[in-house]
Amino acid sequence: MLYLDLFLTFARIGVLTFGGGYAMLPIIQREIVEKKGWVTETEVMDYYAIGQCTPGVIAVNTATFTGRHIAGNLGGIVATAGVVFPSLVIITVIAALIRGFANLKPVQDALAGIRVCVCVLIFNAVWKMWKKAVIDKVTLILYLAILIASVFFDASPILMVVIAAVCGLIIRGRAKA
Amino acid sequence: MMLYLQLFWEFFQAGLFAIGGGMATVPFLQDISAKTGWFTAADLADMIAVSESTPGPIGINMATYVGYTTVHNHYGPVAGILGSIVATVGLVTPSVIIILIIAKFLEKFRDNRYVNAAMYGLRAASVALISAAGISIVLISVFRITDIRQFRSAVIDYRSFLLAALILALTRWVPQTKKLHPVIFIAVSALIGIVFHMSA
Repeated sequence: MLYLDLFLTFARIGVLTFGGGYAMLPIIQREIVEKKGWVTETEVMDYYAIGQCTPGVIAVNTATFTGRHIAGNLGGIVATAGVVFPSLVIITVIAALIRGFANLKPVQDALAGIRVCVCVLIFNAVWKMWKKAVIDKVTLILYLAILIASVFFDASPILMVVIAAVCGLIIRGRAKA
Repeated sequence: MMLYLQLFWEFFQAGLFAIGGGMATVPFLQDISAKTGWFTAADLADMIAVSESTPGPIGINMATYVGYTTVHNHYGPVAGILGSIVATVGLVTPSVIIILIIAKFLEKFRDNRYVNAAMYGLRAASVALISAAGISIVLISVFRITDIRQFRSAVIDYRSFLLAALILALTRWVPQTKKLHPVIFIAVSALIGIVFHMSA
């Protein structure tokens, strides 16, 4: 049962991943390159690179790619369902439990502390991405403009993404002389 | 029924426009919160913490959490499960469709000049949007206001400020701790929050 195998393998990857993104690359490599031999090392890197520049969650994109590679379009869907399945179960349980306790004082206190931690985690994520994203004057201006529009004017993120893509195309899209 | 459709549509849009994985979903969730009032900005910070400290991709975890909570608020716990599925499927659908199409002409896509040019702008946009989302959580947790335009009523919560400085130091400068998993810092912050009654 290839579909079942795909589903279970990607469900395993879903369970073993904490945090997503690059954190899961080694796990994906071990499961689908070394253990299963479904794709090569280079193919995984390609999927990853494309996952970075296409919409959506990178883990999901990699699952879709691999599943399709092994078992066609349905395979892509099955692998995606697999990678998503553990989150669905675990998070639904947690969300249900938190509701029951959310009004207790210690839980409120803990969440207040956790929010501060989240600020720092986001800052660290921004710091890492910044070095790859803000590389010259144009990207710096784009960064500042979108930041100001979002913080002070509640600009729609969808609009910001579209504008940034168009700016990129206008500035870098011309044929090189 | 309308709520499910709306949930699917909101997350479909987030899945379509959030580029770069992980935290890239956060600004879109903030936009959903502002538009629909399904959850508050403080709830969002809790969701990020839960998503970071549990297995699975962050974006998926957040969609599941929001979907469950939103539908539970309206129709109760059993319907909430359906809500978590609907939101997650919504988030995943655009990328599955796009990847299945791209997989057909993989090589050309990576080396395409227009793709690279668009990415040049998109990466900057992604970092800017995540920065803005981070700032709004700082406003809530450290300055106790929900919008930067309320800066006159801002108060600095010194406990939060010191905790932020501590976590920043541990995650960036202390060699023994900076490689630790985020879940550890989240646990430490929760403990400190309880000890110092930080919600008051």
